[in-house]
Amino acid sequence: MEQTASMATQIWTTVGILLTFCLFSFLYKDNPFYKFAEHLVVGVSVGYWAILLYYNGINPNLFSHLFVFTNDPTTGAEFNTWKPKFDELYYLIPALLGIAMWTRFSRKYAWISRYPLALYLGISSGIAIPVTMKNNVLTQLRGTVVGLGFDWSTSGFLGVPQSIWDIIVILGTISSLIYFFFSKEHKGAWGGAARLGIYTLMIGFGATFGYTVMARISLLINRIQFIRDWWNMIS
Amino acid sequence: MKYIILLFLTCLSLCLSQALLAQTASSDPPAEAALVPSEPPAPPSNVRVSDLANDDGHGIRVTWDLSPDDGAGRSSVISYDIYRTLNPNDPDSLWKKVGTVVLGVRTYADRGEREPGSGSYLPKHTNLYYRVYAVGAGVRSAVATAGPAQATDDWFNTMKVPELIFCLVFLVLTVRFINMAKKGIDLYVRPLAGIEAIDEAIGRATEMGKPILYVLGIGTAGDIATIASFTVLGRVARKVAEYQTSMIVPCCDPVVMTIAQETVKTGYADAGRPDAYKEDSVYYVTSQQFPFVAAVNGTILREKPATNIYLGYFAAESLLLAETGVLAGSIQIAGTDQVSQLPFFVVACDYTLLGEELYAASAYLGREPLLLGTLKAQDYLKAIVLVCMVALLALRMITGADVISKPFDAPWW
Repeated sequence: MEQTASMATQIWTTVGILLTFCLFSFLYKDNPFYKFAEHLVVGVSVGYWAILLYYNGINPNLFSHLFVFTNDPTTGAEFNTWKPKFDELYYLIPALLGIAMWTRFSRKYAWISRYPLALYLGISSGIAIPVTMKNNVLTQLRGTVVGLGFDWSTSGFLGVPQSIWDIIVILGTISSLIYFFFSKEHKGAWGGAARLGIYTLMIGFGATFGYTVMARISLLINRIQFIRDWWNMIS
Repeated sequence: MKYIILLFLTCLSLCLSQALLAQTASSDPPAEAALVPSEPPAPPSNVRVSDLANDDGHGIRVTWDLSPDDGAGRSSVISYDIYRTLNPNDPDSLWKKVGTVVLGVRTYADRGEREPGSGSYLPKHTNLYYRVYAVGAGVRSAVATAGPAQATDDWFNTMKVPELIFCLVFLVLTVRFINMAKKGIDLYVRPLAGIEAIDEAIGRATEMGKPILYVLGIGTAGDIATIASFTVLGRVARKVAEYQTSMIVPCCDPVVMTIAQETVKTGYADAGRPDAYKEDSVYYVTSQQFPFVAAVNGTILREKPATNIYLGYFAAESLLLAETGVLAGSIQIAGTDQVSQLPFFVVACDYTLLGEELYAASAYLGREPLLLGTLKAQDYLKAIVLVCMVALLALRMITGADVISKPFDAPWW
């Protein structure tokens, strides 16, 4: 059954199409239409982010631990009443640290904001180091060696025995690691190995590039389909 | 010869990208077979529940013996459904389905949320009861119940012992090399082309009378790449202050902006020109990725900076920014630890710091004992990893046994 889009849908879709063209006009050069779309999207995103931060960040992680909120039973309006909670008062510590960030607006007390920043960076590094050690070192080490079987009887990619590919993986990994040694100059045999490493990296980058470009083209196709659907809708 | 290598690399890259695409296409799930209701399968037996080890106290391990009809008997089992409740006398409707596993699987880890408000909340130190059903085509078996079990938290995650060992080794190496650097022992770091180019790029901006654009990426202040970028930013700010040129630092995160302001301010102060620092030069745009790109692209085209430096955590915006920089005629230096974005920087920028080179850059520029020592420790850790890898592979080739996966998959200590 053929469905007709409502007037509101038609108007909003047309606005979306106009903004799409405004942004595409950047391909020609910077112009007032692009500037308009740019400022609009930045403004809207900041407003959207602020609301998102309140509902997904401050409210569930802070306010809900310090206050009990009750919605209006008749109208369903949010936070009709609220009263303080006293069982999780330690949440006041992050609240105070957050407030301390606001001291940046004062020249006299701006130094206070360095304490929450230092704490934030310290905690972030503490969390990141073991995670990095796991993801960037141990998991990579596992991924490289566990899958290798050295099976000469099995054909791999392009019909070449799988063992040949396994050896290429090992050589590529070792030479790439050698490239990332900063304590030794890339000269002689060491330099040759590092050169092989950078070639390996570039092959990997080429494959990733092709793969990602295909994904980007699918985004473009999606946008073209959006324009086509709009055209079908209005005509 | 150079062109032959280039052609070969291009062909190989295309082959690999095609292989990746083919792999993605072939991994599409097969169409589901039509389900015809049949006789219920026999239930699983010997259901056991226990606290999930190495967790934060919100997980239960459910284990059972397979139904006789799982892969044998009538072979009618398709999957197992796992249900949970606080009271074993609850009617069926109050038991909450917490998971499904396919046939042949005899264990399920019920990992819940910590927050009482969330839908998948799993309370700590509370009796929990579980049911397991074997599910056939449109029917399910009689129930097998177990419980109670209580979820408790563990202070030490034994699965992370390898990380602990590597971190401790790294710590020892770092302290040793920092001490060596402090004693004045010369620690060699090979030159990095991208970093050498920074001074040249700042000089170019000064000659042209145009600003330098420094983008820290879209990461948070907790990302290692962003932290490394702060160090380079400090050095760039100092040079910019010395050369009396200007810089623009648009930020995607309010905390990153605050730290960037402090870093740039310190850089100007170190250069003896604190008065030249303008707070507006480091500013917040928006926390959303593509609006941020739109704004920075606009800045690049309007301000036409002489040099664009992109160092930090980048995602899909890498090529959008770098391409716009090419259009504006800027010299561009980029660096990130995001492997998927490096190709875009490689093709569109004049110099690219690949992965760990970004971390090395801060040490190379600063020559501070702390950073130099860390860089040296990283090199030694890489050597240890290399030796481990070769030793494991050699052991496997000699013995023919699977000596590789065991150390990674099970707590062997």
